[in-house]
Amino acid sequence: MRFRPLILLAVTGLALSACSAGSLGSSDDEGGGKVALSFLVDNSEDAARIGEQLARDFTAANPDITVKVETRPQGAEGDNLIKTRLSTGDMTDVFQYNSGSLFQALAPQKNLVSLDDQPWVGHLDDNFRTTVSTGGRTYGAPWGGFIAGAIMYNKAVYARLGLQVPKTWAAFMANNARIKAAGIAPVIQTYQDTWTSQLFVLGDFHNVTAAEPDFPARYTRNQARYATSPAALKGFRHLQEVHDAGYLNKDFASAKFDDGLKKLARGEGAHYPMLSSAVSTIVANYPQQAGDIGLFAIPSDDAARNGLTVWSPAGVYIPTSTAGAKLDAARKFLAFIASPAGCASTGTASTPVGPYAVKGCRLPADVTQVAKDTQQYLDRPGGSSLALEFLSPIKGPALEQITVEVGSGIRPAADGAALYDQDVRKQAQQLGLEGW
Amino acid sequence: MSAVPAPGPRRKPRPNYLLSAVAFLASLVVFVVPFVFVALTAVKDRRQAADLDFSWPHRFRLVQNFVEVIRARDYLLIIAYINSTVLTVASVTLMTVLAAMVAYVLQRRRGRWNGLVDFLVLAGLIIPPAVVPTIWVLQRLGLFRRMPGLILVEVAFGLAFCVLLFRAFIATIPRELDEAAVLDGAGPARLFFRVILPLLRPVIVTVVLVQSVFVYNDFVNPLYFLPGEQNATVQLTLYNFNSQFSTQYNLLFMDILLITIPPLIMFLAFNRQIVAGMTAGAVKG
Amino acid sequence: MATTTMRRTPAGRRATGAPAPGVGARSPYPYWFYLPAAVIYGLLFIVPTLTAFYFSLTRWTIFDAQFIGLDNYVTFFREPALVSGLTHTLVYAVVTSGAKVVLGMLLALLLTSRIVGRGYLRSVVFFPVLVSTIGVGLTFTVLMNPDQGLINDALAVTGIDGPAWLTDPRYALLSVALVDVWKGVGLATVIFIAGIVSIPREYFEAAKVDGAGAWDTFRRIVLPLSRPATVTVILLSLIGGLRSFDLIWAMTRGGPGFTSDVIASVIYKQYQAGFYGLSTAGNVVLFLVVTAIVVPLSRLLNRKEVDL
Repeated sequence: MRFRPLILLAVTGLALSACSAGSLGSSDDEGGGKVALSFLVDNSEDAARIGEQLARDFTAANPDITVKVETRPQGAEGDNLIKTRLSTGDMTDVFQYNSGSLFQALAPQKNLVSLDDQPWVGHLDDNFRTTVSTGGRTYGAPWGGFIAGAIMYNKAVYARLGLQVPKTWAAFMANNARIKAAGIAPVIQTYQDTWTSQLFVLGDFHNVTAAEPDFPARYTRNQARYATSPAALKGFRHLQEVHDAGYLNKDFASAKFDDGLKKLARGEGAHYPMLSSAVSTIVANYPQQAGDIGLFAIPSDDAARNGLTVWSPAGVYIPTSTAGAKLDAARKFLAFIASPAGCASTGTASTPVGPYAVKGCRLPADVTQVAKDTQQYLDRPGGSSLALEFLSPIKGPALEQITVEVGSGIRPAADGAALYDQDVRKQAQQLGLEGW
Repeated sequence: MSAVPAPGPRRKPRPNYLLSAVAFLASLVVFVVPFVFVALTAVKDRRQAADLDFSWPHRFRLVQNFVEVIRARDYLLIIAYINSTVLTVASVTLMTVLAAMVAYVLQRRRGRWNGLVDFLVLAGLIIPPAVVPTIWVLQRLGLFRRMPGLILVEVAFGLAFCVLLFRAFIATIPRELDEAAVLDGAGPARLFFRVILPLLRPVIVTVVLVQSVFVYNDFVNPLYFLPGEQNATVQLTLYNFNSQFSTQYNLLFMDILLITIPPLIMFLAFNRQIVAGMTAGAVKG
Repeated sequence: MATTTMRRTPAGRRATGAPAPGVGARSPYPYWFYLPAAVIYGLLFIVPTLTAFYFSLTRWTIFDAQFIGLDNYVTFFREPALVSGLTHTLVYAVVTSGAKVVLGMLLALLLTSRIVGRGYLRSVVFFPVLVSTIGVGLTFTVLMNPDQGLINDALAVTGIDGPAWLTDPRYALLSVALVDVWKGVGLATVIFIAGIVSIPREYFEAAKVDGAGAWDTFRRIVLPLSRPATVTVILLSLIGGLRSFDLIWAMTRGGPGFTSDVIASVIYKQYQAGFYGLSTAGNVVLFLVVTAIVVPLSRLLNRKEVDL
């Protein structure tokens, strides 16, 4: 009896600690031949909508499989969560995540189920397929369509001031001067959501490759750098110029992504460098103004070589921890996503902004102006390129802080580029690449 | 500045009314207004809350906002409350008892271990925990991303402070008591749990209160050692809701309000003990 | 304060003044009492702390660790963003602990003086200590909004053009420090109150007889005799300030850019990016910084005895 209090304590402790509420309400085994899949998507409004819609439409077609959507944070925190869950073997049965360099960092050969035996893989767009493939194997189904990283602009403002879509940086800055004179913020920036600050750099990539076609290869081999390549440095320069010229909205430092969309939709700002997928949020929140929003590629020095930087859709992957009946169900789910029915399902949930990555998927006839503007660039030979993160495995994690500094006048462009080169170096070393 | 501390009860000089009024007003502006602001914003509608100003709500939406926050993301807040409660109760119970045992032997028995234990206690107070290696150990033990793992981490990080508080107090318990119990035939465990532990009640109250507030409000350790939405503690919901409610300040502040309720209750119930206990430990050094 | 609670300890009915039993083969204070605590503490605190030294010398990804010598430290000290984190940490710690000592002492003097509503004031000053740091951080982020925030609105009424507290690189770190002081000054105040209250009353009366003014009383009696409390406040707030992370993360995430990054937030960012070796090297640096400052300081502060 001497140890009774201790035993009591231990039992209480164990009993308490055993009941982590994490399991509340989720029942994995439904019995009766039914399979329940868990599906992890990021927590943006858009992603949650698409995820739920896909789950609903898939279950309608396959009544014995249900899909439960879970969400995760975006950005670096989400990256980390995905990596730790994969390494500890408790990833959801299916998950959505970036393609390109972030996908490469997941060590796909080890952690993901290869899909080359699936018939639909042959129907994938080649550009997309390379961004979810490594070592000659393909691992992902496309999550929605291609996205442009460009300047979204308010066409109503342009019409009122009689402006032309600029192809050169000089023309762009001339437009800005006239917009500012009209009392409208020429360029919207929203540095409270730091990720939104990267577009002038990342979205300029088509113009970089147009000037230096071997940049991606040399960059990956540690032979070309942002600070020393004149073309690549431009992105940082532009970021600094719009700030120094006083062209930003007054509250650029404290504004958030949503504020930026609001300003653009209401015409309080004329340009917002952004991913075109943002237009689906405008369509949802400001339906009347959505038609006013157009898009043009980030201007470059040479009008003849100006073009659009394109983001490949995110992928939907199956981790190696998924097995048995769930693995079969997960494969079916991916096949659905990569089919015309899947494209249609995605399109109902979120306004499409660019072409789908599956052959046979068509955009609806009444697409947004942004999608039309994007298509013009894609149709022109040499009018568009995939973003650098899809051509090289390296993307430094601190870019968003650096671009905020350059874009707020805290750090000069050249310093920022050099700092980013160091950040890139850290990432390349982590990946164990040759030459770093 | 009237810097003369409270004189004896014999002569009661007139209170300094001017200073009192200034202090009262300053306290309102500096300490009360932020809390009132939180409460007011929490009951506003979405549009008015977005103005972020200090104004009376046009419409009171206490119930609607409350329900909306509770229901957000499949009742995440309820799950978080359960998680936080489990975490706080389990880890504080464990660390209190274990620290009392250590402090007891450390204070009573002079021996070869004393120097080392003293050193480790001091180290525990000063050294910032090494995060990634801790995750590595937890993974080895199969406890990473699991509630028992986080509980043990909280215990490990909280022990040093508890030991310090207990040891100062145990020094005031006369040894004769132990000796009498031993003569009565009590073994060490019985001596400790039946005789000593009940005598520690005042300091146990302090330790439990201080550590509960600390663990309940802890943000960093759950962030590192128990990631994942279904594992969220209440502090993490605040953090998660911040991105989701970026334009819905009324709901964000309702969440802040709800999360502040448990410490508020603690505060109202145990105000005296917390303050007295903190000072008991702190002034001793 | 301390002693009043402690005197309540009952003498124990059975303590009949029996002769002390010799500590025989079986001590009533067995070492196995250390065991459960030692296992938890050892596994989850000591082992990680020691292995951190090794892991900081590796390039460590989720899947493997490769020994690279001191490269992480070289990277750490070469990169401006990380080095500035070091200086920010020192600035933040010194500013917050300095302000807490001064304000805490002033408040303690005020709250031990003859004023009306002392109980209310003590409670209201102490309450923020108990409130969630993240909640406080988010609230003040809103209050400090440069265009819409309550603070600048209030300043505008008095004709002052308030700064962009959290988004101006010059003020961001100090603004967070200000909120840290707001939240933490209550604890310092309570400790000082305890220190002042425990000063024997005779000293004040003797001073009064000698005709000492308020300032003399403070300098000659309160300050030297509340020294243990001062030492506690300095050390506690310095350790807290050097390790601080929650508030900064909730309010600025180290921004704008890197202008309010401290070591702890740099460590977290490296961890998020998957640079585990580098993150751990940051941990070791933080550990060395805290030890190098706190240990000698506490020696120094504790050595000097009160001379009265």
